[in-house]
Amino acid sequence: MKRKMKQILGMMLLGVFAATMVTGCGTSTGENSDTKTEQKTKTTDNNVTGDTGNLNGTITMIGSTSMEKFANALGEAFMEKNPGVTVSPEFVGSSAGIEALVGGTADIGNASRNLEDSEKEAGAVENIVAIDGIAIVTDEDNKVKDLKKDDLTKIYSGEITNWKELGGDDTPIVVVGREAGSGTRGAFEEILGIEDKCKYANELDSTGAVMAKVAATKGAIGYVSLDVLDDTVNALTLEGVEPTAENIKSGDYFLSRPFVMATKGEISEQNDLVKALFDYLKSEEGKQLVESVGLITVD
Amino acid sequence: MDKKNSIIGSHQTKEIAEKTAFILFTLCGFFAVLAVLSITLYMILSGTPALLKVGITEILFGTVWKPAANPASYGILYVILTSIIGTFFAVLIGVPIGVLTAVFLAETAPKKLAAIVKPAVELLAGIPSVIYGLLGLLILNPLMYKLEQFIFKDSQTHQFTGGANLISAVFVLAIMILPTVINISESAIRAVPAQLKSSSLALGASHIQTIFKVILPAAKSGIIAAIVLGVGRAIGEAMAISLVSGSAVNLPLPFNSVRFLTTAIVSEMGYAADTHREVLFTIGLVLFVFILVINLVLTKILKGGKQDGEN
Repeated sequence: MKRKMKQILGMMLLGVFAATMVTGCGTSTGENSDTKTEQKTKTTDNNVTGDTGNLNGTITMIGSTSMEKFANALGEAFMEKNPGVTVSPEFVGSSAGIEALVGGTADIGNASRNLEDSEKEAGAVENIVAIDGIAIVTDEDNKVKDLKKDDLTKIYSGEITNWKELGGDDTPIVVVGREAGSGTRGAFEEILGIEDKCKYANELDSTGAVMAKVAATKGAIGYVSLDVLDDTVNALTLEGVEPTAENIKSGDYFLSRPFVMATKGEISEQNDLVKALFDYLKSEEGKQLVESVGLITVD
Repeated sequence: MDKKNSIIGSHQTKEIAEKTAFILFTLCGFFAVLAVLSITLYMILSGTPALLKVGITEILFGTVWKPAANPASYGILYVILTSIIGTFFAVLIGVPIGVLTAVFLAETAPKKLAAIVKPAVELLAGIPSVIYGLLGLLILNPLMYKLEQFIFKDSQTHQFTGGANLISAVFVLAIMILPTVINISESAIRAVPAQLKSSSLALGASHIQTIFKVILPAAKSGIIAAIVLGVGRAIGEAMAISLVSGSAVNLPLPFNSVRFLTTAIVSEMGYAADTHREVLFTIGLVLFVFILVINLVLTKILKGGKQDGEN
């Protein structure tokens, strides 16, 4: 009997071990397939036309790197609906994108900011397709419930290091942020004008990790996209404005930025492909897509 | 039984079976070699472009890691130092505990107690690394934060990390290498010929003297293998320490938030592009070279050229 038990226990341990091995392998193959899909998109770029569907051709989108996730998701979804269409997004930065649009090399210029007057004069039309909002979170016991833009900047650049300087408890501030390359980090630093000047004590690689760290650490402050807020943390009001979709749409909440897909001339003047893309964005499906990448829809 | 298919059937079928088996074994053997070779080749091919583009000294000896800045800076010296120091201390803590646990299990433990400890150790080996990380995040980090607040109470310059620091990472790593060290050391100790032990005891040495003067030296090469594997596991671990170390690039001081070679790759691969991505591959190459060197050097130095008592 005892021997049998031992055998069973051994088998179970073996099972657990095998499971870890499989998970290990799983991640690596996941990476592989990532690169594979990348290659795939690259190859499809070259085949311009297909015969299925009523629409044929290519839409070139050039612009903001922050919009990469959104633009790729949009491109994939739209191509799935219209197999004859190829959407080829490129990510070179907002200004370069609008330049390409005005210069005629792109159908759509992506910008993660409002257009400048000079850009509008050159013929670019601002079509806001989604809004990116960021919430500032602290641990639940923190007495500070509101921050001024200035204070937030000083916290992240390391000038304010204790909550007592902001009227809270005498607790050191633990500055939590995301890793370099993260869209949320890019947006946050860009809006506050502190690109690459932030002094992070924690650079975590996912929104979930930031939430967990902030919830578990007294005196911690972090930034996350709006859609993940829950009861484990305090979402701060900024300049007295609550981080809600309504306040972001009205423009009162400063930690937000528009995602603009600019066109040269009004949408109605564009070719059928571009019109269809904007129609798709306005449809229920398009709105779901916007929400699925953590953005706020505009109406 | 069908006579044709049985290997006792005839000399010819027997030979075919033998040959097939032989080829199969050889193929399997070469599969591992093939994997190692292709990984090596891939790492070199994908890791060197950035080295040439950014500059070897700038990557390896630069201290500023700002891959998204303009102009970008890709110095990974602090990351390399963190990996070396973190692994060193994890091994310093983990190996003595591990080897002594192995001695306990193999030599001194009462049977009933060993029956509890042994499965516990085996279970420890089976726990996924992310669980270690979560426990570290939820238990170790808050404790470290209290300590940090106490030590740096009046410090003006210290950046508080909420307990995510080098010490937390070292502790988690030390625990994670325990099962490897224990299991391999234990089988090494058990493989020491019984007559060595009985001779020592017969000569009047005490049990403890026998363990330290006879059994452990005799099991040396197995224990070294255990240490090498432990070092490999510690330096290669990513998931657990990415949760507890804070992942900011800093000089590896005990209470600093630090980033290891592994976490540097894992945390930024998701959104990295162009040169940034290539540098991450370079970090992979550095890690790969580290593991190779550690394996070769440790095995050579610690074994001292001796090839006895293989396990």
